[in-house]
Amino acid sequence: MSAAGPGVSAAPLGRGSGFFASYGVWIAAIVVLAALPHLFSSGLALTTLCLMGTAIIFALSYNMLLGQTGLLSFGHAVFFGLGGFLTAHMMNVVESHNAPLPLMVFPLVGGAAGLVFGIIFGAVSTRRAGTAFAMITLGVGELVSSSALILRHFFGGEEGVTTDRTDLIHLFGVTFGPQIQVYYLIAAWCLASTAAMYALTQTPFGRICNAVRDNPERARFIGYNTQAVRFLAFSLSGLFAGVAGGLAAINFEIVNSAQMGAAESGTVILMTYIGGVGDFAGPIIGAILVTYLQTVMSGITDAWQLYFGLLFIGMVMFAPEGIAGLLVKQRLLLRSRRLHRVAPYYALALLPGLVALAGVSLVIEMTNQLTVHAADGPDMTFFHVAFKADAPLPWLIAAILLAGGVWLFLRAARLAGDAYDEAAAAARGATT
Amino acid sequence: MTASTPDPALELAGLRKRFGATEIIRGVDLAVRSGERHAVIGPNGAGKSTLFHLISGRYRPSGGAIRLRGKDIAGMAPQLINRRGLSRSFQITNIFPRLSVWENVRCATLWAMGYKYSFWRNIERLADVRQRTEQILTEINLLDRWRTPAGVLTYGEQRALEIGLTIAGNADILLLDEPTAGMSRAETERVVSLIRRVSENRTLLMIEHDMGVVFDLADRISVLVYGEIIASGAPDSIKSNPAVQQAYLGTEAA
Repeated sequence: MSAAGPGVSAAPLGRGSGFFASYGVWIAAIVVLAALPHLFSSGLALTTLCLMGTAIIFALSYNMLLGQTGLLSFGHAVFFGLGGFLTAHMMNVVESHNAPLPLMVFPLVGGAAGLVFGIIFGAVSTRRAGTAFAMITLGVGELVSSSALILRHFFGGEEGVTTDRTDLIHLFGVTFGPQIQVYYLIAAWCLASTAAMYALTQTPFGRICNAVRDNPERARFIGYNTQAVRFLAFSLSGLFAGVAGGLAAINFEIVNSAQMGAAESGTVILMTYIGGVGDFAGPIIGAILVTYLQTVMSGITDAWQLYFGLLFIGMVMFAPEGIAGLLVKQRLLLRSRRLHRVAPYYALALLPGLVALAGVSLVIEMTNQLTVHAADGPDMTFFHVAFKADAPLPWLIAAILLAGGVWLFLRAARLAGDAYDEAAAAARGATT
Repeated sequence: MTASTPDPALELAGLRKRFGATEIIRGVDLAVRSGERHAVIGPNGAGKSTLFHLISGRYRPSGGAIRLRGKDIAGMAPQLINRRGLSRSFQITNIFPRLSVWENVRCATLWAMGYKYSFWRNIERLADVRQRTEQILTEINLLDRWRTPAGVLTYGEQRALEIGLTIAGNADILLLDEPTAGMSRAETERVVSLIRRVSENRTLLMIEHDMGVVFDLADRISVLVYGEIIASGAPDSIKSNPAVQQAYLGTEAA
């Protein structure tokens, strides 16, 4: 601090830099990514980990828009899907010409495609902000997914475009046949993309994105063209979504027009929101959690999307700052060693919350049994208990669990909130 | 260039603004000389803030010219006017509420320091930006609040930050819209001395209701009434102008 004035010592170096600014986090991430397939070595676990890797890049790229720049897009899967299609086509072209291009560079094709389409669609949609922007992205999403049915040659119609990742030249004897090799490819790209997107938040452009999110009008009066800021953010976000799409194409060896549809665009919103838009790590948490729920829950119950929707509604209502936001709030208490005072209240709220959840899920599963599985009769099991779904007693129990659980949960949640506020106020008082 | 006719830093000629059938600004002529502190006063609803919105590019004029150092800027986008060295503050605090005080000021320095849309440089390593931000925060007396989200500052602190954002880009023409509105006596005194310091070697145009502040700071005063400048001149000549006394200062001053 060569230019230090008298008051400068009050402001420490590295200000504004959070959790991700330390190298330790990145080294830890490398270790964890390297170790994960040894800890979870089953085929399903490996597949899930690969899905999580692409989802993390995709969700982080989405948060460049939603969390960083304040742009709600309903068509982000367009860039994921187009990145995937271009990657698959390019792989097929390179294979047919026996060109010496190794597989690991192909996510760049996806990224380039995402960037180019980001520039094209961004030039149209970022002319507006707010609701108009959201509507244009919705329109672009519909436009692209419906063109998949018209341009059948490029998009491969209903069945999509297939490719073979093992047919490219093999560097150092790596064939990318086994899933574990694909995992490491995805992990490396995930880490690199995350680092790049984090670095982007630490640039003048990244900060101006935040300024435009907070107050676009004032941003113009400090010299910035807000439309240019939105356009740049949109294009770069398309680039990373394209990288994610390219990795998905390599992982599945097939790209389908459903991957760029409205459902996929919706999923990335849910991931990002549930994880938390206000923190860089939020989308990472959301991508991991949602992918886990999708793969694991879909094996347990076929009404899993309903649970997913309930989770989303619950988060929007009770924790709009997302999981990352909830965790960040605890950091204050953790630092001032006050967390142990509030933790019992959290446990107190968790218990009736789980009871209410059991009630909800019993209602869902019984309804499911009586409607979707009507042909199988009313006999079902729930938590290893066998009963008939058309008997009154289970419904009564479900109602009691639900009503009692919700009532107790709301009371406990209020107590926990008060306890938190008190501890946080004390913590702030102690630090200042 | 002689002292009697210095080149105006900012010149309005026949400026008009109409909203539907209502004409708010009705042919304003005004010359702000380079380096002077010029105050615009006038009763509520005279169109003072509208005038600022026209000069700074928030509104597009219905007619007339706005010349910034001789170049017509009427109808230009706000960011282009800002880049030409004219920076403004707002009457209703207009800051970046979720960003920290530090980030607010830092963002306001970036364009002028040439970093523009740079997405390849680490912002924490820009020593010149850091130094400038610290300097501005010291100037507006908010250095010890650098971590605080701007949205939770006290009103007085937010008003100081508002001025900080305006001066951070080192513009040589400053437009301040009621910088002391709603402030206590002590706060007003602090802001006046701040304005005096930051307008050194700059051109200042300010809207102000507090006559004490106006007569304390201004080299020249213009009186805006119903969208027209009815008088323009040195504080003493404005004080003794009968039309001004009648229209604005009230009968007790007569």
